[in-house]
Amino acid sequence: MSTLNTAAPTRAARSGDWARRAPLLPALIFTVLLTQLPFLATIWYSLGSWNLLRPGSQQFNGLANYVAVFTDTQFLKAALNTVVITAGCVLVSMALGIGFALLLDRKFLGRGVVRTMLITPFLILPVATALLWKTTMLDPVFGLVGFALSPFGLGEVDWATQFPVASIVAALVWQWTPFMMLLVLAGLQSQGHDVLEAGQVDGAGAWQMFSFVTLPHLRRYIELGVLLGSIYVVNTFDTIYMMTQGGPGTASANLPFTIYQRAFLGFDIGQSAAMGVVVVIGTIIVAMLALRLIFRTFLSSQEQKS
Amino acid sequence: MTATADHAKTARPVPPTTTGAARKGGRPGRRKSGPGGRALTVFTWAVALVFISPVLWMVLTAFKQEGDAYTDPPKVLFTPTLEQFGAVLGGDFLPYVGNSAIATLFSTALVLLLGVPAAYALSIAPVRRTKDVLFFFISTKMLPVVAVIVPLYVAAGRIRMLDNIWTLVLLYTAMNLPIAVWMLRSFFLEVPTGIIEAARLEGASLSRVLWSVMLPVMAPGIAATALICMIFSWNEFFFALNLTAAKAATVPVFMTGFITSEGLYWAQLSAAATVVSLPIVIVGWVAQRQLVRGLSMGAVK
Amino acid sequence: MRDRIPRTGRARRRVAAATAAAVSGLVLLSGCAGAGALGAGDSDRLVIAIVSNPQMQDAIALQDRFAKEHPGIELDFVSLPENEARAKITTSVATGGGEFDVVMISNYETAQWAEFGWLENLQPHIDATEGYDGEDFMPSIRDSLSYEDDMYSVPFYGESSFLAYREDLFEKAGLEMPENPTWEEVAEFAAELDDPDNGTAGICLRGLPGWGEVLAPLNTVVNTSGGRWYDQEWNSRLSDPEFHDAVEFYVDLVREHGQPGAANSGFGDCLTHYSQGRAAMWYDATAMVSTLEDPSSSEVAGKSGYAPAPVDQTDSSGWLYTWSLAIPTTSQNKDEAWDFVSWVTDPDYIELVGEEYGWERVPPGSRQSTFEHPEYQEVAGSYADPMRAAIETAATDGATVDPVPYTGIGFVAIPEFQDMGTRVSQQISAAIAGQITVEEALEQSDEYVEAVGRTYREEQ
Repeated sequence: MSTLNTAAPTRAARSGDWARRAPLLPALIFTVLLTQLPFLATIWYSLGSWNLLRPGSQQFNGLANYVAVFTDTQFLKAALNTVVITAGCVLVSMALGIGFALLLDRKFLGRGVVRTMLITPFLILPVATALLWKTTMLDPVFGLVGFALSPFGLGEVDWATQFPVASIVAALVWQWTPFMMLLVLAGLQSQGHDVLEAGQVDGAGAWQMFSFVTLPHLRRYIELGVLLGSIYVVNTFDTIYMMTQGGPGTASANLPFTIYQRAFLGFDIGQSAAMGVVVVIGTIIVAMLALRLIFRTFLSSQEQKS
Repeated sequence: MTATADHAKTARPVPPTTTGAARKGGRPGRRKSGPGGRALTVFTWAVALVFISPVLWMVLTAFKQEGDAYTDPPKVLFTPTLEQFGAVLGGDFLPYVGNSAIATLFSTALVLLLGVPAAYALSIAPVRRTKDVLFFFISTKMLPVVAVIVPLYVAAGRIRMLDNIWTLVLLYTAMNLPIAVWMLRSFFLEVPTGIIEAARLEGASLSRVLWSVMLPVMAPGIAATALICMIFSWNEFFFALNLTAAKAATVPVFMTGFITSEGLYWAQLSAAATVVSLPIVIVGWVAQRQLVRGLSMGAVK
Repeated sequence: MRDRIPRTGRARRRVAAATAAAVSGLVLLSGCAGAGALGAGDSDRLVIAIVSNPQMQDAIALQDRFAKEHPGIELDFVSLPENEARAKITTSVATGGGEFDVVMISNYETAQWAEFGWLENLQPHIDATEGYDGEDFMPSIRDSLSYEDDMYSVPFYGESSFLAYREDLFEKAGLEMPENPTWEEVAEFAAELDDPDNGTAGICLRGLPGWGEVLAPLNTVVNTSGGRWYDQEWNSRLSDPEFHDAVEFYVDLVREHGQPGAANSGFGDCLTHYSQGRAAMWYDATAMVSTLEDPSSSEVAGKSGYAPAPVDQTDSSGWLYTWSLAIPTTSQNKDEAWDFVSWVTDPDYIELVGEEYGWERVPPGSRQSTFEHPEYQEVAGSYADPMRAAIETAATDGATVDPVPYTGIGFVAIPEFQDMGTRVSQQISAAIAGQITVEEALEQSDEYVEAVGRTYREEQ
């Protein structure tokens, strides 16, 4: 059967073009209005100096804000933190997710219950997750983690102060592992059993089966998980706001939090806008590379289905 | 790595004749077996319990008196009390829930209103440059929201829309629309194309095709999309923090009241966290599969 | 793939059911609270942004009394910790966002914002309100909230800083607090009394970033040690040895004998620490007494003595600060807003808190009549006089050893200080956490301070 997907465009007469576009336009216009227009305003702000607390200080100053941004060690540190937090969270949660998925990929008593338990962290309100980790989990005196680790002599560690980035990553990993697990599990369960059987007939060992059959098959799912995880985690704001406020000092501030602080605690609109623009450009460069991957992954999988 | 090895080991003894049975279970080799399997089961349960312990601890702490929440070593046995839940629900908590409900409900409805036709135009009857449009939608998801918050704040202030729940409704719609379009498109692509062709050959108009033929088939997919949008709207923090004050503040903003460590408050914090997370936890438990589907924007079944 | 369809179908039906349930649940919820959210145009709803210190929480708890006296005016409180409150309030007022009818600010903001025309002049309201008595406010506080002799905000409570210490612990250790302690003596006491095994820190000091948090006490140490932010020509003086030594002293003291988690403790955290008996001394705002001396919230009520702010080279060093209430010019309900502001800063309100919660909990330091009230004198015998003296002597000019071009004790009263102070405080806090050295912190801070100073030099 021929699919409309391929048949339709050839049949599209020019007069029908607008009829075809009509259903798309409201969504498109809405999205442009609410995401692109404000961004143009941000670019405009970034070219001027504007301190909210000095009315009348608004004036055009070209690229001065950008120079200031790139020479600001705090900004560069935040950029580094963003990379560390994103990569740390995505990689660790993916590793854990693969482990959990493999554990779940067999029949055993209470499998459904265990799976339900394992996805729960992803469903807790992120703001609440961050607060709970900061207090009941990582508190130096009364925290559960300190209690659990006290046999190892780590009972009184003030995690959020001494290892702020690691603490944030821990909370994020806890939150994101279920997502990775579900993706990998979907991958495992789509694995063709004939391949596995063929392998078994050939007498392949367990490790060989995993590394030569299962892992290559999972590659696409893992790539997808890393990609989507990165998109969400790179914009993390709530966890940092609730857990450390970017502190101590600026030790755990990532780019979104730093920009927020420049705008809403520093009230330096020009500079915060410039930071925003720089981040967007950086994201676009990374995203260009990533999007190729997305398109390969997404569109191929979707086209296969139809 | 033991897990991996055991996984394949349990798979090995499956003789080819059991293929049919295995197929019914979805995959081969997932069956209970031997003492190794039992040990693995115990291990799996242990891992799951450790992993979820923060949640269990949260629920446990929610039933404590504040004094029981601050003990070293942590207390597991105590006289449970509903006092904390009473304090949370008895305070000014309900308006926050109401605002969250409004923001969630209306933004999701608006997403579907805009997203369903768009997804239709990108799948069943694709416009030219479909890939560019899809690219555009997904790219908006990559813009850091923090880069647009100041213009949004200023604009909302000018038109007196700050601290107004409808501002959040609009922004949440924009936030969720890209994912929804992707997800809905993947559901549309699955619809048996025969039905549509038949309807179109009979001369049905585009809107008729959409509403009478497609929608009934699409209902489950739309429901899954709606659930994802609801989760994101309910959890959203950044816009809510910056654009609301009192009248339109949502549940995550309510939680910021617990940042200060003034006095003893862990038990009440836990109770509040439990209450505000409960709706989404329940929804997520029921719709586990669709959750992946939505979050992966349709790329994974 | 085919064999999966039935299961998927079932799952989908479940999703549809779940969605239906979720939707109807949400409709119910939005219905029950909808009146508030949807009736946003209602003109008699006042939105009040305040800092969530204990005295303000009492005001929220007493709002029924206001409602009784002013039927038809509904109050919505936004109550946040200091840094978060400041961010919201300043953004709103500076951009004319108009979310708030009443905002809690301080003597740092009032004169600046009055000059910019962002605040309603309250003097006419004060003069027209019978029995309110604007002359009763502590003179130093009233001056600090005035612009061109008119008050643009009125004090909810006023404070200076002093040193609280546990008399019982001092007695047990055979120590005695001098009448006017120096920082050197305080550091010795802290070392002596530091007892981590029993969970008692030698001293509690703020370390939380935020110019209103760690910088407030630190600045008084800097001032009395001969340090200053700028010289008369607006050159940054953060690299002076005096500034460095003061910061190093503070950081070392809190790192060696301070409370655990110091880099994350603000006023609220220290309040908890000390009132739970986990610190032997605490140098902070005089307003602490409302909680410390209240037996229902403090384990150390009645056990503390109070000494003036410790000094080094100056005779006194306490800061002057006040949490005050103002009405932004963007408010649509100015008269109703004044009804609330005047209610909560009136002597009658202080009387009300005294009767409802006890006289130790009244918002102190704003009115002379509070200090003179017999019932207050009775409960506050041990600290009323040191507090009053501290507020009266806190000199906004002349707090430093060398002359400076700015005013303010716990802060530098220029608009850029919000930004500059926040960034410097982050560096100091990082040093307290041990992430960087004091030298590194000050080197980075010096750049920020110098950059701001340059703009003032250009204006001169």
